[in-house]
Amino acid sequence: MKDEIIQKTGAYIASTVLKQPNRVIKADQLLISSGLIDSFSLVDLALFVEDTFNVHLDDSELNKDVFDTLEQLAELVASRAA
Amino acid sequence: MSTFSDLLLDAYRDCPDKVSMTVLLTGHEDLQVTYRQLVEGAAVCANTYEQQGVQPGEVVVLILQHGLELIFAYWGAILHGAIPSIMPFLTEKLQPDRYRADLSALVGITRPECIVTYREFEAEVKAALPEASSVRKLIVSDELVQPAKIDTQTFKGLQRTEKDIVLLQHSSGTTGLQKGVALAHGAVLNQLDSYAHALRINDKDVIVSWLPLYHDMGLIAGFLLPILKRIPLVLLSPFEWVRSPAKLMQAVSKYKGTLSWLPNFAYNFCAMKTRDRDLEGIDLSSWRAISNCSEPMRYESHRVFLDRFQPYGLHESALCTCYAMAENVFAVTQGGIEAEVMIDDINRDAMQSKKLAVPASVDAPSIKMVSAGRPIRNVKVKIVDESGLDLPDRHIGEVVLQSDSMLTEYYHRPDATENALKGGWYFTGDYGYMVGEEVFVAGRKKEMIIVAGKNVYPMDLEELAMEVTGVHAGRVVAFGIFNETTGTEDVILVAEVDTEDQDERDAIGDAIRQTVTRGSAVALRHVYLVDSKWLIKTSSGKNARTANKEKYLSETSN
Repeated sequence: MKDEIIQKTGAYIASTVLKQPNRVIKADQLLISSGLIDSFSLVDLALFVEDTFNVHLDDSELNKDVFDTLEQLAELVASRAA
Repeated sequence: MSTFSDLLLDAYRDCPDKVSMTVLLTGHEDLQVTYRQLVEGAAVCANTYEQQGVQPGEVVVLILQHGLELIFAYWGAILHGAIPSIMPFLTEKLQPDRYRADLSALVGITRPECIVTYREFEAEVKAALPEASSVRKLIVSDELVQPAKIDTQTFKGLQRTEKDIVLLQHSSGTTGLQKGVALAHGAVLNQLDSYAHALRINDKDVIVSWLPLYHDMGLIAGFLLPILKRIPLVLLSPFEWVRSPAKLMQAVSKYKGTLSWLPNFAYNFCAMKTRDRDLEGIDLSSWRAISNCSEPMRYESHRVFLDRFQPYGLHESALCTCYAMAENVFAVTQGGIEAEVMIDDINRDAMQSKKLAVPASVDAPSIKMVSAGRPIRNVKVKIVDESGLDLPDRHIGEVVLQSDSMLTEYYHRPDATENALKGGWYFTGDYGYMVGEEVFVAGRKKEMIIVAGKNVYPMDLEELAMEVTGVHAGRVVAFGIFNETTGTEDVILVAEVDTEDQDERDAIGDAIRQTVTRGSAVALRHVYLVDSKWLIKTSSGKNARTANKEKYLSETSN
């Protein structure tokens, strides 16, 4: 499941947030602390993850200490879905 | 005439147990602060400034996150007669050395005597201070000194007069050219009286704000107005609101909020990013005036907001407008309080080519202009042409104004002060027109991009992009394009590159995005790389942003 989360969320970020659909986001690439995802896009990302994987994310989890890479996000989502 | 300290201490004596504000922070119970607690908390800070040798009239820069420490440090400076100024705190995305450069520039121009920050941020601040800087005292927020007792007669702030500067509001400017707008007690209080009248403030009012306090809209409308006019305030953190915009609606519903201020993008943002589950049981019927302010106002943004929240009790009459600027303390005009906001449907071509706001006809493209309302009672507004002569109704020119709430000066910037004030009128740099008393803002003189309420200068972004290897000096252009979906501008950066290798171009594009994002207030997405000689230059060799924007639009619209 983790691979699927990484792949789908990466594709979403590339196309919707970064507006570069062909870009591949690596699982360990820093997302928040690098400025790749800005605060306005964090809400979009949370809404996408919730709707796509049917999990609940809390607003307080939308920060770099909880997840800063797709790998960490996938871990969080997989543990919650399980 | 009184001063800030008089008014705050009057409230302390008259209604010590009245709740001045409720501070909402995730993970904490809602925290209610009475006027007694506000003065007591501020007195500790005032005492600390006194102990540290800060003198009345000296500038205290506050580098603290939104919360009680910042609020007490601010009012403590006021009670001590010092001049507070809030500097934004370092955010996750910003590169520390850029932040240091900004802070260093601010210190260089404003020359504050004191800075207050957290212990863990002390080293960062010290590293940013220029050699032989003006800063004599660096106060750490956990080193405050409790006074023996509070004597409301002895605060040094009571010796200030209405002509003395009470606060500095740092308006954004290009890096290194930060301007601190210096406002006197009398000017701010004139504005609050006049604005409270325009808003028809009554004893049922509750202000709900998530706005940052380092911005004039947050500081004046969402902080000083409620505290000094004894209007209960519900204060949220901007950093929490942006992660969960529904918090604003929840707060309005819970505390029966009546007044809020939002930049245009927030209407779209709230409408699109709130989940139904976060709105269950919400009642927005108490909200009587939500004023759209600080970036160009869009009719469509009001509609999406209304469509989303009308099912939760939002009244259409609550959609208000306001035109404001730090140089006038805050509001110049206000619309929508007693009558609905005027919408003026005008001919698009006449506006663009003839600078005329001609009512629309059925056979030509039109634009719905949203009125910013009428001048509040202490402000006079007129529209002038390039030589400063008055223009009649429906002619587009520069908006100029006169009031008894104008800035005293740009702090330590006599050159900038002289440029802005001519013959007793303040030249705003905004274009607009009037219909009767209604003021419509139609653009701006300065090449400034407004992204989500933040003012950004294209030259700053261009300079950042030029630092990237493979990009050449003077061969970059940045501009803003309005995005209907988000209700604000997207930043586009066009750069000429020599290489034709796609991998190398991708790498340059990424490096530009990263450098600009980490070095400025915007998250740059749209980088358009072009071959050399693409950019149009003006005859003087200067960057022609408008021509390049048109060229970009024509190339990308196909």
